[in-house]
Amino acid sequence: MSVSTCPSESVSAALDAQDRAIILATQAGLPLVPDPWSAVGEPLGLAGEEVRVRMQRMQESGIIRRIAAVPNHYRLGYLANGMTVWDVDDAEIERLGRAVAALPGVSHCYRRPRHLPDWPYNLFAMLHGRTHAEVEAQADELRELLGSACRDHRILYSSRILKKTGLRLAGRSDRQR
Amino acid sequence: MTAEPATRPEPAELDAADRRIINRLQDGLPLVEAPFAAVANELSLSEGELLERLARLRESGVLSRFGPMYHAERLGGGLTLAALAVPEEDFERVTEAVNAFPEVAHNYRREHPLNMWFVLATETPERIAEVIAEIETATGLAVFNMPKQEEFHVRLHLPV
Repeated sequence: MSVSTCPSESVSAALDAQDRAIILATQAGLPLVPDPWSAVGEPLGLAGEEVRVRMQRMQESGIIRRIAAVPNHYRLGYLANGMTVWDVDDAEIERLGRAVAALPGVSHCYRRPRHLPDWPYNLFAMLHGRTHAEVEAQADELRELLGSACRDHRILYSSRILKKTGLRLAGRSDRQR
Repeated sequence: MTAEPATRPEPAELDAADRRIINRLQDGLPLVEAPFAAVANELSLSEGELLERLARLRESGVLSRFGPMYHAERLGGGLTLAALAVPEEDFERVTEAVNAFPEVAHNYRREHPLNMWFVLATETPERIAEVIAEIETATGLAVFNMPKQEEFHVRLHLPV
């Protein structure tokens, strides 16, 4: 359940002070300059090549998922953002979760705990479309893929952003030597 | 809730080069010596033009960010998705109470009896349970905690 019960997930112990300094310096973004590695390294007293190699290592170990453009869905015209939730047979969820994640238009796909009787859904897939009809067509595709292993599902559209600050990793630095 | 928020902006006007850049860079920047030059070359743009366009896309909010996407749990932090069933007449008060927690990273209203969905990000995994208890006290509502039990790998890729 909690990440603390899953030690293989935490590789934070393998990070040294330089890695943590790079994380803090880049969590808001990477400088848009020809040599971003040197731009990150300079205030930290690290050579660009050192920064590049360390970031590559963090990417290989999964601490960095990737270095990428994160679009604002709405600004790209994806106005319909549906959190689809599915009540899927536990015996089948491994196989089906992987299949759902591979569909285009799915941005996140997780297994999460049910809260019976209010909440029977254990598979979450975020779908993005330009219209609700597009999201519903994607959901139909998922429904078909899940077949008889799926008992029920819902699409929960976001109707209002109440807060969006993003994940802040800062503050962890004060626990370093 | 009635009015659409200011935080939900209009679709942007993008030309063909912008679209190629966005499509290409959702997949990740290569970790090579001159990464933007390498991508510019793939897209038949100059390095300068790529950087200029990226800066513009970021400033205009088409990109909410450009940079490394860190895996919060692997950094030793806690992360969970949680939901509340908020009575309509209490929605504003509860929104304020929940948003006041710095650990609440995102919060969305969704149309369902569970009508408030938020992501908690904490410095330690243990802190999640404490924040949930504090939110229950502050709101008087039961929090439905839905931590991920398994992540099925996807690549967020929105073709434009």
